[in-house]
Amino acid sequence: MTEATPGQTVGPFFHHALAFPGDAELVPFGSAGSVVLHGYVLDGAGAPVPDAMIEIRQADASGVVPKAGGSLRRRGAGFTGWGRCCTDAAGHYWFSTIEPGLPFFAVTVFARGLLDRLFTRIYLPGAPEAVDGLVASREDDGRLRFDIHLQGPSETVFLKYPRT
Amino acid sequence: MLSGERKAPVDAEAVPSLTFDPVTSSQHEISDEIAEIHADSPRGAPLLDFAPYRSTRLRHPTKELQLVDPEGAELVAPVFGHSDVDPVESDLTVQRGGDPIGERIRVHGRVLDGDGRPVRRQLVEIWQANSAGRYAHQGDQHPAPLDPNFTGVGRCLTDDDGRYSFTSIRPGPYPWRNHHNAWRPAHIHFSLFGTDFTQRLITQMYFPGDQLLALDPIAQSITDPAALARLVASYDHSRSEHEWLLGYRWDIVLTGSHATYLEPSDD
Repeated sequence: MTEATPGQTVGPFFHHALAFPGDAELVPFGSAGSVVLHGYVLDGAGAPVPDAMIEIRQADASGVVPKAGGSLRRRGAGFTGWGRCCTDAAGHYWFSTIEPGLPFFAVTVFARGLLDRLFTRIYLPGAPEAVDGLVASREDDGRLRFDIHLQGPSETVFLKYPRT
Repeated sequence: MLSGERKAPVDAEAVPSLTFDPVTSSQHEISDEIAEIHADSPRGAPLLDFAPYRSTRLRHPTKELQLVDPEGAELVAPVFGHSDVDPVESDLTVQRGGDPIGERIRVHGRVLDGDGRPVRRQLVEIWQANSAGRYAHQGDQHPAPLDPNFTGVGRCLTDDDGRYSFTSIRPGPYPWRNHHNAWRPAHIHFSLFGTDFTQRLITQMYFPGDQLLALDPIAQSITDPAALARLVASYDHSRSEHEWLLGYRWDIVLTGSHATYLEPSDD
């Protein structure tokens, strides 16, 4: 296998390049069947990380991972199963999406001060065979909540794959 | 409020027990720290726990990454198409109606997967400072001029051979508050996708011969010099244009795809 090009931090100045209108809305907010997946990105001292970016990739409700184009603009495209959200000043991220027909959202995490991307998963509540610690909680209003701790006693389980 | 790298490091303030003041570390001290870490066995991927880059201190995981077999959505990258990207987005010199100031360049190359196959029709996003070393970003307060004709943001789709090309302005180096008299080498940020979600990559391309590279804790977090060299473009005279621009070539290799990979079997 050819040697991979190394990663580098996303730095602090990515918002004007990577954010785009509707980036966090895989389906329109409040639409029938939609759910909000949200949480906070926190550092090792429990402080919010206001310059992180989260991306999710997921299957549709029937368990099919969409392969249709239009993931960036979604101009009339169907469900493309990918979204991006830059954290706000409180370190908060959110997505308006649907619950996937497969047990987890695939997640990548980028931030200033984080030298390479991190992978994790967010499992739906009650998912069988979930990785310990990677299950979202269901809030009273129906939203899915999952905080990402880059470090510390509640440090999130981050993943690697055989070929990464 | 955005926490720019030039503002007082929030991380350090949050931890009174920190034994150093990052902004008052000298380049000499930072370079010594880098050399000490580099004395250990070299690694091709950046060290996440790399204290010379001060902002990593509270932002790097301390536990081993957990090995899992990719499944479901992890095996399929998001798909982009021509409805997502206008061809004009690959020319950063024509976005605002006037010519940006600086040295006009073309950066081109191929996006390959770990098995050397071209990554076709996939999204490439870039962002960079202007020729004076300032980003068109509200968090960048470096007192260098903004260029009204330059956003520093571009996108393109690779072609059927994995090729990408951007026309731009050579970015300037700029100061940041990691330590005293800290300067980032000139660089262009690249965001890339493969065919698997697990191939996602965000990185930075550097320019050949930049004396700041050896001093930079972000670049030097890659402790294997051969791996760091893979982030440095080469000057490409064959793509320079008479009385118009200078060419640079930079190829990008993602990690391996799992979709067509057969696990080695012992039996």
